[in-house]
Amino acid sequence: MMTTQAPTLPEKHYLNAGYGWRSWLLTTDHKRIAVLYLISITAMFALGSFYAALVRWNLLVPDGSHMSAETYNKAFTAHGVIMVFFFLIPSIPATLGNFLIPLMIGARDLAFPRINLLSWYIYVFGAAITLYALLAGGLDTGWTFYTPYSTVYAQSNVVIAVVGVFVTGFSSILTGLNFIVTIHTMRAPGMTWFRMPLFVWAHYATSIIQVLGTPVVAVTILLVALERIFHFGFFDPNRGGDPILFQHLFWFYSHPAVYIMILPAMGVISELITCFSRKRIFGYSFIAMSSLAIAVIGFLVWAHHMYVSGMAVYSAMVFSALTYLVAVPSAIKTFNWTATLYKGSVQWDTPMIYVFCFIGLFLIGGLTGLFLGNLGTDVHLTDTYFIVAHFHYIMVGGAIMGYLGGLHFWWPKITGRRYLEAWGKVSSLLIFVGFNLTFFPQFFLGYVGMPRRYHVYPEEFQVLNVLSTAGATILGFGYLFPFSYLTYSVFKGRPAGNNPWKAKGLEWTTTSPPPAHNFDETPTVTEEAYDYATPPKEKSALV
Amino acid sequence: MSELAAGGGQHPALQHHFRDLEQQKAASSLGMWVFIAQEILFFGGIFMAYIVYRIKYPEAFVAGSHHLSWQVGFFNTLVLIGSSLTMAMAVYSAAIGKSRRVVGFILATVLLGSVFLGVKYFEYAEKIGPCLPGASGVGCLVPGERFDASALGVSGEAAGHTQIFYSLYFGMTGLHALHMIIGIPILLVIARAAWKERYSPEWHTPVEMVGLYWHFVDIVWIFLFPLLYLIGAH
Amino acid sequence: MSGPHVLPVRVYLGIFAALSVLTAITVATAQFDFGPLNNLVALGIATTKATLVVLYFMHARYSGKLTAVVIATSIGFLFILFFLTLTDYLSRAWAL
Repeated sequence: MMTTQAPTLPEKHYLNAGYGWRSWLLTTDHKRIAVLYLISITAMFALGSFYAALVRWNLLVPDGSHMSAETYNKAFTAHGVIMVFFFLIPSIPATLGNFLIPLMIGARDLAFPRINLLSWYIYVFGAAITLYALLAGGLDTGWTFYTPYSTVYAQSNVVIAVVGVFVTGFSSILTGLNFIVTIHTMRAPGMTWFRMPLFVWAHYATSIIQVLGTPVVAVTILLVALERIFHFGFFDPNRGGDPILFQHLFWFYSHPAVYIMILPAMGVISELITCFSRKRIFGYSFIAMSSLAIAVIGFLVWAHHMYVSGMAVYSAMVFSALTYLVAVPSAIKTFNWTATLYKGSVQWDTPMIYVFCFIGLFLIGGLTGLFLGNLGTDVHLTDTYFIVAHFHYIMVGGAIMGYLGGLHFWWPKITGRRYLEAWGKVSSLLIFVGFNLTFFPQFFLGYVGMPRRYHVYPEEFQVLNVLSTAGATILGFGYLFPFSYLTYSVFKGRPAGNNPWKAKGLEWTTTSPPPAHNFDETPTVTEEAYDYATPPKEKSALV
Repeated sequence: MSELAAGGGQHPALQHHFRDLEQQKAASSLGMWVFIAQEILFFGGIFMAYIVYRIKYPEAFVAGSHHLSWQVGFFNTLVLIGSSLTMAMAVYSAAIGKSRRVVGFILATVLLGSVFLGVKYFEYAEKIGPCLPGASGVGCLVPGERFDASALGVSGEAAGHTQIFYSLYFGMTGLHALHMIIGIPILLVIARAAWKERYSPEWHTPVEMVGLYWHFVDIVWIFLFPLLYLIGAH
Repeated sequence: MSGPHVLPVRVYLGIFAALSVLTAITVATAQFDFGPLNNLVALGIATTKATLVVLYFMHARYSGKLTAVVIATSIGFLFILFFLTLTDYLSRAWAL
């Protein structure tokens, strides 16, 4: 809102509603829990990046002289385990989702605030166990724990790591449970399903996957631990077990898991693109329904990770056909986002730059997925760097760009402060360039046959690998920028005011930062979502 | 009027972030059902393993199942169904405001659950005992080095595959028993709250919620009993 | 849970009786060989028992559409796990 004086911080808000360790570690305020998660997952991201650096350092030279094969196996395993389970899966839901969902639907908190806090403690406890496994001896099975290597032959900390991941899975399940119940039962009057922000729809779909998928991988890795300790024989061919059964059970979760990683980012993009086009999003109900479609169809395609495993080829054909189906709702979203831009008034603030990064990079990641869903081409490309490039385009080019965009967009709301916009723009470009230089060469490496998870490679691949490592260096350097200026802004940033982006949405009607109890009076919702034709209501600091 | 403002006349069990007791009850109920949904998938994973191996090794499964005592399983099934009855009666008693009966029925549920677990203990002991260091190993039915298929009446490859049956037996009944072991202390906590007259016809949600959990555990056993104990009993 | 709907005691006792009888039936029918129908009979009885517990002991019959959707969805996805995994195992051209 335009006033003649500069905005100030509200006198009382959730960050100063109590001081000291206990007010944070025993909080049930969803906003504080979101901040606790933000700090934890940032720490895990830094650790996962360190292991990525080790991997890229090894791949600078083709002869593997920088480290032993065992160390390399442990490095890429640690990178995968940390980034998948401890960064990507929780990232947007546990930070932005936790913070924003009650605000966006006009509620005072999530349905189960104490379970929310318990989720965080479970996450930290699981992380501690897994970190112990990774740091005290390490794990070399790959994040996928394939049998019978993990159950019979591996000489690393499999059981401890499996216990850590098992524990952490319950953090994810409880977060999903909390979101589902909150969205069903705690929407403010007038907030019908089809007036909800698409960010909320995205998290609803994500939560369904978390609740239905995670338990299956939980029991599966429990079986891996039992097998390793008691030699039960579920997955050991020598005892009549089938290693491919492990893969079915593992990927039943782990494929939908990638939708846990991308759906929240898509929710962020929907919010940002409509705000920074100053125009109601195109095809609201299509985007909402496509989130649910992705969640459901995503459970039908898992064996596309297993085409060459020895599974029956007729079954593989079924999964291939279903895999093509799952691309459709993602495409629907992309078309709708693009249509939103048409005749919109595009503002080039940092969050919007991340939106464009997302759309372009997610497009590349998604399209390359089609080559992999196809049985014939996958036989050539599977277990090569093509796969590595494909999923990093989605997970970094998609999910992380969405995360960074969302973080920048809602940072003023979360902290009450503005970050330095010029730094935001420069960093986003640095990250974009670094990312593409890291992963685009890997498509070529995969195409010409460089296998993944190999400690050494043929000499003729070195140039592309060096380019990739150079890109990774720029990318890593680039990440330091937002970490620095966002942290700086917490202490020295200009106060943001209630609605610095003039966005629609209930979260922007509260102060920045919001009061501990979110709303003095439950808001009543009378307008449709993203009604940018009507200017945001002028509201005083107390809603 | 701010319906969110804390004021007089509010039910003591109403949590501050809920509008009213109705919303809180709806949230609790949905929450417990969603939790049960994830439990269905949790057990589902190991049921999947069961299905695959039963199809692969029918002979071994018949032999392994035949060696289990269907009488013991039958008894335990009736015990657990009985505990579901007492649990349902506990919820009923809470709904009509009879706190003492709530306590009684919950304790009966705990008692029956403990009988079930006691029987399970003896079932396990019989199979695990021979495997322990110092024991003869005859009749050891824990998969692994000391597994002894001789009493099962199969030979050759099927004898080796009976290990998978017993892996599933211990895995599935063990997971089930773990859920009961977790449930019993929770039941006792609820019983204590009932003893202190915390529940009323207007609000007895915790009793209902723990009831849902207990009935789910019963349902898992309803499937485990025929699938493990009654294969090829003819 | 739905509103103040309280089932009479005789319903609970009746369901308990039905469950006990069905358990006896499942033991009895296990003594006979119905060939390919064996599994169907055993699972059919178990499913009937489970349904009675869900509908009456867990009050799902009186709990509204959302509860029904949650139950149906979880069972549905369980069947997806079973069915699609079995497309592999049942179509392997060589020995399973």
